[in-house]
Amino acid sequence: MNRREAIAAVAYIMGSTVVGAEVFLSGCQRSSSDETLSFSENTVALLDEVAETILPSTAASPGAKEAHIGSFIKTMVTDCYEEKDQKIFAAGLDKLQEVSKEKFKDNFQKLSAGNKHALLVNLDNEAKSYQKSKKEDEPNHYFTMLKQLTLLGYFTSELGATQALNYLPVPGRFEGCIPYKKGDKAWAM
Amino acid sequence: MNMAVQAINSNTKGVAQNTYDAIVIGSGISGGWAAKELCDKGLKTLVLERGRNVEHNKDYPTATKDLWEFPHRGNMTRQFLKDNPLISKAAGFGEDTAHFFIKDKDHPYVQEKPFDWIRGYQVGGKSLTWGRACQRWSNFEFTAPARYGYGLDWPIRYEDVAPWYSHVEKFAGVCGNKDGIEAMPDGEFLPPFDLNCVETHVQKSIKQHFPDRHLVQARWAHITKPTETHLQLGRGKCQARNLCMRGCPYGAYFSSVSATLPWAARTGNLTMRPFSVVHSIIFDEQKNKAIGVRVIDAQTKATTDYFARIIFLNASALNSNLVLLNSTSQRFPNGLGNDSGLLGKYIAFHNYRANVRGEIPGFEDKYYFGRNPTEPIIANYRNLHQQDTDYLGGFTTFMGAHRTRGATANLTEEIGAAYKDALSLPGGWRVYMYMQGETIPKESNHVRLSKTEKDQWGIPLLVTSVAYDDNDEKMIKDFLAQSTAMLEKAGCTNIQQHDSKQAPGLDIHEMGGVRMGHDPKTSLLNKYNQLHYCQNVFVTDGACMTSTGNQSPSILYMALTARAVNHAAEEMKKGNL
Ligand SMILES: Cc1cc2nc3c(=O)[nH]c(=O)nc-3n(C[C@H](O)[C@H](O)[C@H](O)COP(=O)(O)OP(=O)(O)OC[C@H]3O[C@@H](n4cnc5c(N)ncnc54)[C@H](O)[C@@H]3O)c2cc1C
Ligand code: SF4
Repeated sequence: MNRREAIAAVAYIMGSTVVGAEVFLSGCQRSSSDETLSFSENTVALLDEVAETILPSTAASPGAKEAHIGSFIKTMVTDCYEEKDQKIFAAGLDKLQEVSKEKFKDNFQKLSAGNKHALLVNLDNEAKSYQKSKKEDEPNHYFTMLKQLTLLGYFTSELGATQALNYLPVPGRFEGCIPYKKGDKAWAM
Repeated sequence: MNMAVQAINSNTKGVAQNTYDAIVIGSGISGGWAAKELCDKGLKTLVLERGRNVEHNKDYPTATKDLWEFPHRGNMTRQFLKDNPLISKAAGFGEDTAHFFIKDKDHPYVQEKPFDWIRGYQVGGKSLTWGRACQRWSNFEFTAPARYGYGLDWPIRYEDVAPWYSHVEKFAGVCGNKDGIEAMPDGEFLPPFDLNCVETHVQKSIKQHFPDRHLVQARWAHITKPTETHLQLGRGKCQARNLCMRGCPYGAYFSSVSATLPWAARTGNLTMRPFSVVHSIIFDEQKNKAIGVRVIDAQTKATTDYFARIIFLNASALNSNLVLLNSTSQRFPNGLGNDSGLLGKYIAFHNYRANVRGEIPGFEDKYYFGRNPTEPIIANYRNLHQQDTDYLGGFTTFMGAHRTRGATANLTEEIGAAYKDALSLPGGWRVYMYMQGETIPKESNHVRLSKTEKDQWGIPLLVTSVAYDDNDEKMIKDFLAQSTAMLEKAGCTNIQQHDSKQAPGLDIHEMGGVRMGHDPKTSLLNKYNQLHYCQNVFVTDGACMTSTGNQSPSILYMALTARAVNHAAEEMKKGNL
């Protein structure tokens, strides 16, 4: 119970949206068929770019690309997602490129950092309002999936856990109540 | 019957080779204790375990792995979940712990009503994955069925078990604080884990607003300060990693594998036999007692019989029912010791369905160090001196508070550098409470053997027919209302109530079917856990429970086991067994 609660706490930082909660609490989802999606190198590179835009390298810590989030997302979607979610995810990546071409006349990978950022802020808002108004049995927004996998992958990666967060493999003791100094990083799981 | 037994016996070596003073069936929490106590008494003891061997440390493949070393970061794959919809529901089940649970298809059973039967078949049983909460029962629980007329009177009282609780706690290593609470007696505790700042706040608030309720530090099977006994076994101090279900490299939480079995092995009296699926207990009609145990090799499926003067049945509650039901003879056509016809009936469990959670502002300048592997407890406050609710029974409440991650509240955009940096900081605090409620044993809640279906060893499948009832629904309502009130008083906001509606079984506290009692007409076991009608067979796991109480059960199984072994050894000395 204890551990599950800790996991739920991580799901919570995802903004308590649906896909994250499911993935975290009941494991990956079930599928009616074993057919899986194939991810080309190009797709993995695109995922790296999207993830890096969501969680870029900063003075404080390396970014999602350095943590190889693209291939993590590939593993999760391939091994864990239900077929219907895999399809939404794949179609979503195409849509993302379409939006990119429509708005900025180029592939996402070729956009300037500012345009990438602007595009994803829009998508994020679109996904959030979709998730809020959708009925329970309606599918999730692809960008919600993408963002949650990015966050999960990054903060549980070696770089994310040890540099973006404060990671103690063997704490050695438990102290219940210590002062928190503003700006100190949160504990990794 | 008996002749046939001799013929099958042990393919090559004969009876003498297969004869011990005592046989223990199962090497989990209770079987490990039976083994330790029997070996300590100088009895040559054979432990039969259906699963594979697990050795301390050597067989904990994930214990020291970092999260990023798991390809799915703890999640199971779609294929695994498709193949194992049942076991993967277990609390704490994941990529890092799956090896200590069964796979669904290997061990089928028949769910006449939905019942999620969670099992870990290996040396150590579920002692490797259990949650480790270890509160003592109080006399309120031992006497409640008789006082309120909802079942059978226990043949024992708190005073009968108290010294055995002490015996067990000292060896196992249980941390906690002596709080002097009537509903949850103190034990032999090692120093407790700290409450965190919010937990301390909630504790104070409860004390102020609900003076008859007590929130206390965890009573948990963790070594916080090793004793000489612990050190002798190579067990050390808990390092506060909270990765216990993978197996603990420090031996800091109690398991059969780190504690009772190695202790038993050191006496030189222990023989462990993994991959030994017990088919039945062999009853000898001339001698009018059990003479041994029939085993099917898990891998080769060959049958072998083993013999002993006394037999301890510790296969876990429902499996012990199964073994007894499958132990038929002319004398006991309906299962060993089952003259009353009650074997397999009055199955009960703990009600884990409901929880509440909320946020709590105002502790942003406080944090904690390390990962606490335990949880504070609110002792039962219902139906103690008199029945004060519209339902029977009581509930223990576990609670906890933790800081979330992500200081994103004031961000306008949740993409980019500012977002990432905010996610690296701690967020607000959250508090939760969940229930562990007593359920009322009923004759209709039962297990029995399938008449048509068998497992791969030719043993009939178990049929489970167990469900929640109206009493449970009322308790859930009360728990939700009371817990919400406590969170409100503590200053929580955004409080949410949740009823998982889960089937019984996921609580993993299944009990009963071979209950203890004074009268052989209404019970199967006497006050020393001996079958009334086959006194050299002892059942000391959850099957023996007359009612469920509301405390975590396993420390009681341990205490009852040690007590029963002591009785058995005395009776053997007197020549009565
Ligand atoms: C995730 C989880 C959390 C839990 N939390 C707590 C808690 O906090 N506090 C608490 O008190 N309890 C808790 N429990 C319950 C606790 O694990 C059980 O009550 C306890 O393990 C029961 O002990 P046992 O000896 O009866 O059975 P087990 O520990 O299950 O051992 C039974 C053994 O018998 C073997 N066996 C079964 N059938 C046969 C056969 N036919 N032949 C040979 N061998 C056989 C099995 O393989 C197994 O090794 C929890 C359990 C789990 C899984
Ligand atoms: S928290 Fe303690 S008992 Fe659990 S794995 Fe870590 S050291 Fe072992």
